[in-house]
Amino acid sequence: MVKSRDKAEKMIEFKNVDFCYGDVPVLENVSFDVNAGDYLGVIGPNGGGKTTLLNLMLGLIKPSSGEIKVFGERIAELKKERAKIGYVPQRLSQLDANFPGTVDEIVGSGRTAGNGLFHVFSKIDKAAIERAIEIAGVNDLRKKLIGDLSGGQRQRVMIARALAGDPKLLILDEPTTGVDINAQEQFYHFLGELNHKHHLTIVFVSHDIDIIANEVHQMLLLNKRVVSYGEAKDLINKRYLDELYGNKIDFTFHPHHHH
Amino acid sequence: MFSIFHYDFIVRAFAAGIITAVIAPAIGLFLVVRRYSLMADTLAHVSLVGVAIALLTGMDPVITSLATAVVVSVAIERLRETKKIFGESILALFLSGGLAVAVVLVSMGHGFSVNLVSYLFGSITTVSVPDIYIIAAAGVFILACLAVFYKQFFCIAFNEELAAANGLNVKLLNTLLIVLTAVSVSLSIRIVGALLIGALMIIPTVSAIQFKLSFKKTMALGIGFSLFSVISGLYASYYFNLATGGTIVVVALIVFCLSLLANRD
Repeated sequence: MVKSRDKAEKMIEFKNVDFCYGDVPVLENVSFDVNAGDYLGVIGPNGGGKTTLLNLMLGLIKPSSGEIKVFGERIAELKKERAKIGYVPQRLSQLDANFPGTVDEIVGSGRTAGNGLFHVFSKIDKAAIERAIEIAGVNDLRKKLIGDLSGGQRQRVMIARALAGDPKLLILDEPTTGVDINAQEQFYHFLGELNHKHHLTIVFVSHDIDIIANEVHQMLLLNKRVVSYGEAKDLINKRYLDELYGNKIDFTFHPHHHH
Repeated sequence: MFSIFHYDFIVRAFAAGIITAVIAPAIGLFLVVRRYSLMADTLAHVSLVGVAIALLTGMDPVITSLATAVVVSVAIERLRETKKIFGESILALFLSGGLAVAVVLVSMGHGFSVNLVSYLFGSITTVSVPDIYIIAAAGVFILACLAVFYKQFFCIAFNEELAAANGLNVKLLNTLLIVLTAVSVSLSIRIVGALLIGALMIIPTVSAIQFKLSFKKTMALGIGFSLFSVISGLYASYYFNLATGGTIVVVALIVFCLSLLANRD
C-alpha cells in the first residue's frame, strides 16, 4: 500500500496542542496527524501524557491551547460523525462482576450514540450489530453476562461494542491489561486484521513497548512532548527509547509480520 | 378476599401502591448498578422536609415533597460534580440534614403528630383522590422517560467514561436520572414511608440480580417482585393491622432471602 501521507484523508489532527492540569504542563506543543488506514501505537512512560492525549482525542477534555480535529472537524462540532469513533477503554474497572448485562445488550449499546433518543433499532442497526459480533468472534457468548467472561473475552466484547457503531477510527487504551499472554497474541492478530482487512484506522495506547512495536505500523513516542513520530520500523532505534525510558530497556525489534 | 375493595381508601392505596411498585425497582436498577443505592434513602429523607412544610402550611404534601426532592436532587448532583465533598459522604450529609430540618420544622408547628409518623412508615389510609391523580401522572412521566432514555441510561450504567466518549451528554442524563429518582421517591412516601422507600427501590432489584438475567429481564423480574411485595404487603397490613410500609418491605426481604437460596452456587 503506497500512498502519499500528505494526500491521505486525515482522521486526527493535533496542531500545537498544550494541556495543563492547573499549572502543571502535561502535554507541550504536540502536533501530529493520523491518516486513514494508519495503525498507530502511542507509547511512552507512565505520566508521559498518554491518557491525556487519548482523552483529548475523544473530546473528554479540551486542550489548554492548540487545535484538535477529528475527521476534519473540531470534536465539539462533530455530530453524527462522533459515533464513528470507536473506543475501547483500558479495562472495565467500574464493572461489577454482578452487572446484569448480556453480551448482546452491551454490544447493542455501542450503536446507541449515533442514533436519536426515540430511535428503535432498524434492520441496518441490527445488521451492524450482527456483523460486529461476528467479526469479534463473540457469537457463542452473546447470551452470557459480561461479568461471567474472562479478561480476553471481555476485551473482544468491548471491541464488538465499538465495531457496532461502524467506526472509521478505533481507539484503544492499554487494551490487554488483565488479559493472559495467549489471548493477547490472538488479540493483536485480530487488531491487525481489522486494520488491513477491514481498513479500520487504529490508534492504540500502551506502555508495553515490546508488543506495540511489533504490531503497529506507525509509532508516536510521547513524553510530555512528541519525542518522535513516524513509521514503526524506522523508529525502533535505541536513541529514542533511551530518551523515553532511560537506558534500562533491552529492546529487540523482531522482523515485522505485517505487510 | 376482595371484599376489602368496598372501601375507597383501600382502592386508592392499591392504585398508588401498584404504580409505586412498578416505578421503584425500574429506577432502582439504575441506582444499584451505579452504586447509588443510598440516593433513594437520601431523597426520601429530604422529601420529609417537604412533608413538614405541608404540615405547617396546609399545602398538599405530595406536591411539597415532590418539589423539595427535585430541587435538592439537582443540588446534590451539582455538588457531586464539583468533587469538593468526598464520595458518598454527600449523601450522608443530605440524609441526616433532611431529617433534621424536617424535625425542626415540625416542632416549630404542632410538634410530632400521628400525621408525621404516617409519612415516616407509610399508611394506606392517607392517600387522597387528588394524590392518586398526581401519582398516576408522575408515574406515566417516569415510565415515559425510562422508555425514551433506556438505551442512554443503560450505556451510562455500564460505563460512564465510555458513554461520554461515545458523545452522550452524561451530565444531563445523570441529572435526569436523579430527578426521576426524586419524583418516584416522593410519590412512594405515602404508601411505604420515607424510612422504607429506599428498600422498595433496592431490595426487589437486588433479588432479581441474583438470577443472572439480562438487564431488561432483571428489570422485569424486579418489578414482578416489587408488585408481589406491595400487593401482599397491603393485604397483610389491612387484615392483621400492621404498619403498611414495614409489612411491604418485610415481604420484599423474604423474597430476597428466597432468591439467594434459589441461586446458591
